[in-house]
Amino acid sequence: MRDAGFVRRWLATTARAVERDADRLTELDSAIGDADHGSNMRRGMTAVAAALEKEPGGTPGAVLLLAGRTLVSTVGGASGPLYGTLLRRAGKALGDAEQVTDDELRTALGAGADAVAQLGGAAPGDKTMLDTVRPAIEALPDYAAAGAAAARGAEDTVPLRARKGRASYLGERSMGHMDPGAASAALLFGALAEVAAADD
Amino acid sequence: MKMLINVPERVVADALRGMAEAHPELVVDVEHRVIVRRDAPVAGKVGLVSGGGSGHEPLHGGFVGPGMLDAACPGEVFTSPVPDQMVRAAAAVDSGAGVLFIVKNYTGDVLNFDMAAELAEEEGIEVAKVLVRDDVAVTDSLFTAGRRGTGGTLFVEKLAGAVAEEGAPLARVTEVARRAADSARSFGVALTSPTTPAKGSPTFDLPAGELELGIGIHGEPGRERRRIMTSGEIADYAVDVLLEDLRPDAPLLVLVNGMGATPLLELYGFNAEVQRVLRERRIAVARTLVGNYVTSLDMAGASVTLCQVNEELLRLWDAPVSTAGLRWGR
Repeated sequence: MRDAGFVRRWLATTARAVERDADRLTELDSAIGDADHGSNMRRGMTAVAAALEKEPGGTPGAVLLLAGRTLVSTVGGASGPLYGTLLRRAGKALGDAEQVTDDELRTALGAGADAVAQLGGAAPGDKTMLDTVRPAIEALPDYAAAGAAAARGAEDTVPLRARKGRASYLGERSMGHMDPGAASAALLFGALAEVAAADD
Repeated sequence: MKMLINVPERVVADALRGMAEAHPELVVDVEHRVIVRRDAPVAGKVGLVSGGGSGHEPLHGGFVGPGMLDAACPGEVFTSPVPDQMVRAAAAVDSGAGVLFIVKNYTGDVLNFDMAAELAEEEGIEVAKVLVRDDVAVTDSLFTAGRRGTGGTLFVEKLAGAVAEEGAPLARVTEVARRAADSARSFGVALTSPTTPAKGSPTFDLPAGELELGIGIHGEPGRERRRIMTSGEIADYAVDVLLEDLRPDAPLLVLVNGMGATPLLELYGFNAEVQRVLRERRIAVARTLVGNYVTSLDMAGASVTLCQVNEELLRLWDAPVSTAGLRWGR
């Protein structure tokens, strides 16, 4: 069973990973976007870490809702609404249970991913964060496998042609570059694997 | 890269503080990043709200004032604002007559304004939206995010602003904004890449002897790279691309827009070539505007926007406007 502390540790670990890799994310974004994904995600995750410190959410669902709301309010761009929706929808799906099973967490994240797909109108293969998020969730409840699938999913976006977001304007020239959103989503699921490994 | 800044994280806040000092006719909320005309909400008037990433100045904050926008929400550099800003702006300008969101077609802008519209409606504010997608360099297909909104935004904001100032209801203001958006087409050329404060080096690599045709306004590369061309050759290329898409049967408003680092000397010279090409194609020009209006930080280059107008739109274009970035007629 996973409690609010688990989700808080997950998000704090993600914030540290984003901080560490912000320059790399921005570098990836400068190849096919507008060179701000790293600084945007860092701003958002720093705000999430601060919000969680100030307002200790009592349930896994409440923590995810707060984190999602904070991302929507601080990130901007496409990543703000998309990441915010992923976490908010997952939080909503978990409701107010004090503890959740790994299967419940998996189902909730799946609902989050569905909402992201609907909001952005993207499908797997479009070279977006979903190319990381989908395989990672499918690998759950094996957390280590989810982290590995996420990393692989991000790598798999390299040859793809972008069909959504700003990179889509590049057409064929978007090929040969990793999608920055897929890269940051790999950090999210890498952190989840790390925290689960420390827990178990 | 040398920049006149303190630290990258504070670029937008510092600019807003400076804007507040220069423009007492505006209320600049630096903390929440909303720029509102001081007399808002104007009784009975539809509120016009636009916004987008910073780095495109004077768009959008420079277009707040009588005859144009009621409020603008500047995001981080090249990053759309967040819904909280838009809802705050809508609340500040709504007099009960409703609010029109003018949105450039970029994924981030669209998603955040959609969320904001939902939230504002929950607060009892009637909201309509108009999407600007004037950039013909992007193929509008299922395989892209669709045409970008660029220079045409200025026409939409000015024409809708004028009809709103006359006291037209929300449906009518929205209709004028849609008509302006549907009638405008843009095409841009980059001679250099812009440099964002966060990255500190050019976004893309453009060698000295080359230019990029069909660029957007965020340092995203365009549709074709070529050896450097003369101003006349670029005008021929750009106008031809525009006229492939827009086949005007009425006079045009022409915007020859600088991307930030191209001097007016070059822009006026480029305008001479654009006008020559239009004359050669026997296309009537009603009004022309030349200057830096929808910029991309320090990018060198220019865009051309053509907007076909009927008598009413021309009258609205000529109506008085009083903003930091655009001012005439009073």
